[in-house]
Amino acid sequence: MTVLLETRNLVRRFGGLVATGDVSLTVLAGETHALIGPNGAGKTTLISQLQGELMPSSGSIWFKGADITALPSHRRAQIGLARSFQITSVLPDFTALENVRLAAQARQGHSFRFWAQIAQDRALNDEARGILVRVGLEAMTSVPASVLSHGERRQLELAMAMAMRPALLLLDEPMAGMGKMDGAKMTRLLAELKSDYAMLLVEHDMEAVFALADRLSVLVQGRLIATGTPADIRANADVQAAYLGHH
Amino acid sequence: MAKSPLIRDWLPIMLILAVFAAVPSVAQAMGQPFAIKVASRILVFAIAAVGLNLVLGFGGMVSLLHAGLFGVGGYVVGISSYHEFNGEALMLGPVAWGGSGNLLITLPLAALTSAAVASLMGVVSLRTSGSYFIMITLAFNQMLFYLAVSLDRYGGEDGLQMLGTLNLAGFDPSKRLVYFYAALSVLAVVLIFSQRLIGSRFGMVLRATAQNERRVKALGIPPIRYKLAAVAISGAICGLAGGLLAGGTQFISPADMSWVRSGDLIVMCVLGGLGTVWGPVLGAACFLLLELGLSGLTNAWQLPFGLIVIGMAVYLNGGLVGLLRRVRAA
Repeated sequence: MTVLLETRNLVRRFGGLVATGDVSLTVLAGETHALIGPNGAGKTTLISQLQGELMPSSGSIWFKGADITALPSHRRAQIGLARSFQITSVLPDFTALENVRLAAQARQGHSFRFWAQIAQDRALNDEARGILVRVGLEAMTSVPASVLSHGERRQLELAMAMAMRPALLLLDEPMAGMGKMDGAKMTRLLAELKSDYAMLLVEHDMEAVFALADRLSVLVQGRLIATGTPADIRANADVQAAYLGHH
Repeated sequence: MAKSPLIRDWLPIMLILAVFAAVPSVAQAMGQPFAIKVASRILVFAIAAVGLNLVLGFGGMVSLLHAGLFGVGGYVVGISSYHEFNGEALMLGPVAWGGSGNLLITLPLAALTSAAVASLMGVVSLRTSGSYFIMITLAFNQMLFYLAVSLDRYGGEDGLQMLGTLNLAGFDPSKRLVYFYAALSVLAVVLIFSQRLIGSRFGMVLRATAQNERRVKALGIPPIRYKLAAVAISGAICGLAGGLLAGGTQFISPADMSWVRSGDLIVMCVLGGLGTVWGPVLGAACFLLLELGLSGLTNAWQLPFGLIVIGMAVYLNGGLVGLLRRVRAA
């Protein structure tokens, strides 16, 4: 299988704190790769560096065979990296449809078009509506994102990432703060999407992680201590000591 | 289902334009031709406020630069006329230009110049946000203000009185009605353009940027280019308004570009309501009529004026547009 995303000796320091310590990680094309680790292990910091919001102190990031370490985040989004945020980040005054439509619009190139009304762009609106159906938000298309429930906003985040038609979805705790029912719904949804997108998934819900992931990487105090199939990771003594044992 | 955009957005615009269009005949029937002058002034500031609101209401950027941009437009019209009247060429670097009193030339020139100044200042100020953005735009506004004060040749602090004849498509803009209809036409074009703009791809990006810039970047959109374009467009509209004021009153002065005037434009937008294209027109009308009414009653008119504005800001959530919506809903 070809390598889609790769980090080489990635380091990020905050003052004296090493948040990312020499991480070399690969995500293969088509795989669902889970990133797990205890709180404070540096998972979100790593995702932020992959997406370009945070610059690494040293090391490099490669995507589709190109060095993207210096690319700003909007350029990375354009070449196929889509992120859903741990803390829900949608456009509160826009309806669910407008949120997803903007993501689809962004994918189609620059938006320096000042006259044609986007509400009348049938293809774009249909596409956005189709994605909302897929994530189960079809009843909410014309509801402002600010009045959606937490779980619905998480679904909307995912829908926006999907509308970018990314090569890789960076999902930072898509089930964060969700109840058991919503969490199960999201797990089912992600299982459906597995065949369409490569994913790098940060998640605390171990049941979901082991159900979804093809491979897992375990991050402890900024360092990658193991990578392997779910069975490998379950059997790994270091992982049990550092992490799984605590649960 | 939300109301159709036809009723929500276009109907108020048409109503506003219709009400203004009726002003001259009503004013003449009532023997109050002065009202036409007042209405023209309202129209000019309404244009500027609608222009500012693209940046303020839809782009989420609090700019104190816009009176400066308004003044730049006014001085372009004024200085062009000055040179034509005096017969001295205006040296623009190596190019000599005889100036012009033709507003069909100088008004577009005013819009372009203000857009250029806005872009230049936008490039610098958009590197900041929040209160720093406000401070930088304030500083730029004062730069433009003192530049105008320092132009001794063009009247300096006293302002520039245009002595030459101006011409607008064969009409004389110093005539009350010509000025009025010119301002009304420009307001109509600006309202229609702005309404289309906010529903376009560009408008969606601009409004999204105001809500959550981080998200917009993560979608693959570099927000700063869109903000800069918005600043340039709104600068052009303010420049056009300033040019109209100068052309219609044959006068422009630094007083029109002080930062207090920038604040007035913001108050007009907030009073009217930031969420619609047409709200600032109501705000401008309310602001200027209050000013006129109160200053007729007392010399200390700023005191009651301030209290009323504060009261409206506190109680009119969503400005006059919000009030209208609540009245309709009740």
